[in-house]
Amino acid sequence: MTRQILRVNPIACEAHGMCAELLPELIGEDPWGYPIVAPGPVPDELLPLARRAVAACPTLALLLSDAD
Amino acid sequence: MTAGAIRAAGPAGRAFPPPHGLPRLIPPRAPLQLGEHIDRYGPMPFRGTGGRGGRRQPADLISETERSGLTGRGGAGFPTGRKMRTVAENGRRTGALRGQAGTVVVANGAESEPASAKDRLLLTRAPHLVLDGLALAAEAVGATRGYLSVHEGQDELALQLTAMIGERDHYDQNRVPIRVVTVPRGYVSSQETALISQLNGGAAKPAFVPPRPFQKGAHGRPTLVQNVETLAHLALIGRFGAGWFRALGPAHGPAAGSALITVSGAVTRPGVYEIALGMPIGDLIQRAGGPSEPPQAILAGGYFGGWLPYGPALNVPISDAGLRSAGAALGPGVLIVLPASACGLAETAWIAGYLAGQSAGQCGPCVNGLPALADMIARLAFGRPDRETYDWAQDLLGLVTRRGACALPDGTASFVASSLRTFGDELRQHSVAGPCVRVRRRPVLPAPGHSWEALR
Repeated sequence: MTRQILRVNPIACEAHGMCAELLPELIGEDPWGYPIVAPGPVPDELLPLARRAVAACPTLALLLSDAD
Repeated sequence: MTAGAIRAAGPAGRAFPPPHGLPRLIPPRAPLQLGEHIDRYGPMPFRGTGGRGGRRQPADLISETERSGLTGRGGAGFPTGRKMRTVAENGRRTGALRGQAGTVVVANGAESEPASAKDRLLLTRAPHLVLDGLALAAEAVGATRGYLSVHEGQDELALQLTAMIGERDHYDQNRVPIRVVTVPRGYVSSQETALISQLNGGAAKPAFVPPRPFQKGAHGRPTLVQNVETLAHLALIGRFGAGWFRALGPAHGPAAGSALITVSGAVTRPGVYEIALGMPIGDLIQRAGGPSEPPQAILAGGYFGGWLPYGPALNVPISDAGLRSAGAALGPGVLIVLPASACGLAETAWIAGYLAGQSAGQCGPCVNGLPALADMIARLAFGRPDRETYDWAQDLLGLVTRRGACALPDGTASFVASSLRTFGDELRQHSVAGPCVRVRRRPVLPAPGHSWEALR
């Protein structure tokens, strides 16, 4: 199975903070509330939570995609 | 030269010897008219008209460019041949799917690096080399249209180029329709994805990637964006080959050919110099007449580059690999000599403030992080630096890096980081004794539109 990574579209992101709330295991916040995503592929056990965080983003700025 | 002569010029008529040594791109009496240009360099190859015998296919230029080792001269230094091949392949793929072939080529002459003057010089002194390169690249990657971008306010240049393109059309020298477009002034407005965004009817602001321009760019087509100097080299590689191109440049390593370098700051003869890549910085400074006053450091690669202390910098070879291992970059080919009479920290604060003001305002970490970073550097330069300010500045470098859509936050961070390394002694002196008197002089580094009064 292809490994998946989380990316933020920084133009679309408006720092709502939903992702950091739903997936604190992989997403922190900078001093201005913008997400900082842990590098590397999303561990299998966190994939359901990652998908939930992606779906919850109000601006669709969080993306889960195949690692290159 | 008459129309007939332009059409007739070919291998049967006479041989066109390749330029020997330097300069290659901008000779002292650069041919400005199309006739003079063809008379000097010969007709454009790859249509059974030129080259050293035999008919070569347009796509052969891609292999030739790969063999040449030519890299982009706009700042990023990506291998030109590989980029061309990717655009050509993507064009074939999407063409088949969408029932229409056709890629796009953009010649980027919108020079946004404030201390760079080479693109403007090239477009003024050797425009037909750039236009030949654009035509050849377009043909090689299967483009159906081309653009040449310059900055807003360069109206005279835009008109001249438009007239030249019209003349070339008349003599069938463009190979695809080419249009001149103007982009707003600004550090990030001529970034690849910003150019594409503008060509697609949007604002000249960087876009989130992927899709990258070589996948899906102008008009949704795979798009090749190349700096105008890169295209001028391509025009000569097309005529004289990869071996000729590689005859200049370091014997080892990936760097090859010549490059235009803009030298400014405390040198006797500032200007644009064409050098063989690999030349030590010190040799170029000598060609520019040597320092005009006692020097202390060199900024190499522009504002996404880095500072080098003057003495050790002199032996550093001017190539991307050479400059990177020293802590700077080739960037768009910019060297600025900082005189000892200036304060490196104040100059850095000045430019950090300028770059923060160049944000397109799209990405949170850039919008918030760059002004905060500029503020901390200003405190280090103009106040009495303390540990807390320094640590916060260091944290901010990490907080902005790789978190924007374009390279502005990353470039600003690496520029500031190199300043803190190079002017470490200065920093310690400021922290002990307060700011030096030199912080009060007008900055050496150019920052168009940025207010010195606001900083102090």
